Amino acid sequence: MATTFQSPRGSAGKNGTGRRGKNGAGKNGAPPAAAPSEAPSAEAIAALITNAPEPAPTTLKTFGAMMAREFRVLGRNAISTFMRSVMQPLLFVFVFSYVFPKIGSGFSAGGTAASAGNTSFSTILLPGLMASMFLMQGMFGTTMPLIMEFSWQRTIEDRALAPVPIWVLGLQKITAGAIQAFIGALIVFPIVLLVHAAGQAPSVHVTNWFLFALIMVASSTVTASLGLLLGTVMDPRKIQMVFAIVLLPATMLGCVYYPWSALHSIRWLQILVLINPMVYMSEGLRAVLTPSIGHMPVWAVLLALVGGTIVFATWGVRTFRNRVVA
Amino acid sequence: MTTTTAQAAELAEPPGKGEAAIKTEGLRKTYKSSRGNVEAVRGIDLDIPAGEFFGLLGPNGAGKSTTIGMLTTLVAPTGGRAWVAGHDVVAGPVAVKRRIGVVTQNNTLDMQLTVAENLQFRSRFFGLPARVAARRADQLIDAFGLRDRRNAMADQLSGGQARRLLIARALVHQPDVLFLDEPTAGLDPQTRVNLWDILKVLHDQGQTILLTTHYMEEAEALCDRIAVVDHGRVLAEGTLEELKDNAGAVTVVTVRFEGALPADFAERTGLSAHPSVDRAEIEGDQVRVFSTDPEGVLGEVISLGTAQGLNVRDAAQLKPSLETVFLTLTGREYRE
Ligand SMILES: Nc1ncnc2c1ncn2[C@@H]1O[C@H](COP(=O)(O)OP(=O)(O)O)[C@@H](O)[C@H]1O
Ligand SMILES: [Mg+2]
Repeated sequence: MATTFQSPRGSAGKNGTGRRGKNGAGKNGAPPAAAPSEAPSAEAIAALITNAPEPAPTTLKTFGAMMAREFRVLGRNAISTFMRSVMQPLLFVFVFSYVFPKIGSGFSAGGTAASAGNTSFSTILLPGLMASMFLMQGMFGTTMPLIMEFSWQRTIEDRALAPVPIWVLGLQKITAGAIQAFIGALIVFPIVLLVHAAGQAPSVHVTNWFLFALIMVASSTVTASLGLLLGTVMDPRKIQMVFAIVLLPATMLGCVYYPWSALHSIRWLQILVLINPMVYMSEGLRAVLTPSIGHMPVWAVLLALVGGTIVFATWGVRTFRNRVVA
Repeated sequence: MTTTTAQAAELAEPPGKGEAAIKTEGLRKTYKSSRGNVEAVRGIDLDIPAGEFFGLLGPNGAGKSTTIGMLTTLVAPTGGRAWVAGHDVVAGPVAVKRRIGVVTQNNTLDMQLTVAENLQFRSRFFGLPARVAARRADQLIDAFGLRDRRNAMADQLSGGQARRLLIARALVHQPDVLFLDEPTAGLDPQTRVNLWDILKVLHDQGQTILLTTHYMEEAEALCDRIAVVDHGRVLAEGTLEELKDNAGAVTVVTVRFEGALPADFAERTGLSAHPSVDRAEIEGDQVRVFSTDPEGVLGEVISLGTAQGLNVRDAAQLKPSLETVFLTLTGREYRE
């Protein structure tokens, strides 16, 4: 078929001598001077094919590049991400560890602390708030971006065309969400340590750093996996509702503001909350951070967090694949 | 590493398939949903050699995007087989994705990244080291006239700029096959012609291109070969000349009267028996005559109608073109 540009096929323009004069004007009535930056030049387009670097993708390189992309975006939204991570724990700690102890001893910490002996409420709050950050960041870091990417323009297709299997893409989403959740939970640490009324400091004793790290990582991955699952099965129009029926109950009934052992007086509730992944995060962190408070056995926590990660990740990656590939 | 599936597919590939850049055999897709099944693609056979500029032309809903989706591994076929750049799209999706560049119908630019970053990260997805990726991005930015927009966020681009960036992004890794799904839909005429020029240059460099469009003039202007598709089937395939010849180089004469016509109008008036009339169709208030020798047919139809006491509202004569091909094949007017 006759084409406008007469360059012989294959002898592409590494040196485009004379070709601009012959073809630059085009045959479509555009004068040569028309919008130099708008009308691309034939030689430059041709050189894209002749002077192209040889791509050599591997799954690892692609995965790394996708993570780099996540961090570029996170960095760009650093301020809002940071505010989101800081505001909630800061306000909580301010009210519970500073305001309440100041305005009246019997009002807040009294009731709960009674069951936990002589500990400050911030000791109970530290693991709980970290767990609640895990869930929030896991959801915001994984579910929300997914919902955007699956919405009208389906920008997910951009990533889906990268040279890796779709399940790798799913795992990458989990990894990115987990890293955000991890950082989000770490931010809670200095806040709870620093913000409190006199004598209300949390008593923190990390005896097993390895176990601490393991529980942190497993909590990150379980929330991010759950985030992937929710982001792929959920109808974007019902996102508000899902947050209301997942995020709020999970937090309120997630042993954030009270240790699980304290629930023994409401036996049915103590058993019911076991379906809530938050419970295992809160209790696991209690076990490694604030062992002075009664907590669930570590094996049960690890079983739930690691098992939950495996189940939710497998399930989530599968629903993700089904959403990506029509 | 996970390239094992891809490598396995590579080995399992029948030799000879590599000749064709794209090959499909009875490719089908039925979307299943609670509201019933949609047979979007009903058995498509394509054989597109490397270096060809191939066009899938069809009205909205014809199944073009679904076909491209299957060839680019984003839609799972429900029947038939397809190979792209020698790899089975179902058995070796990763191998296929390495070798294709895709411009989807919707704007899938990464809106949270700048123009340059869109290109850089795509290059890195395809294994280019960050520095090489940066250089490649700048090369693409210059070639596609996006220098002033280099650091703009992708959602700040005009329609034409976005489309150019999408094409640039599809070219970062030197794909064997470039897929373009309605790349000029919604663009103004000047921008469209600019894009055509880009595609022509790419084709001149030997780039294999599969383009879908619902614009007849786009298929005519660009494509070596065209498949006319509708309702998930290929109605006709060939070069523009072949299509016109195979459809009988038919001229279509349409006359619309005031008021509905009797169904046997053509027989009753003797129009069907006219030597120049290959076929006559009555549809509501209009007569459509297919003719390879249209000399005097228009006048004949009008005088036959007037003899029946009918007033002519309007009349048209379409010379052999993709439009008459479509009309001849489907009996329906082409709806863009
Ligand atoms: N994801 C989907 N689920 C259900 N039906 C679909 C889906 N995508 C497309 N269809 C239907 O399949 C048919 C073909 O669509 P499509 O391939 O987009 O056509 P085209 O690109 O030619 O306009 C249409 O009837 C469309 O409604
Ligand atoms: Mg389409």
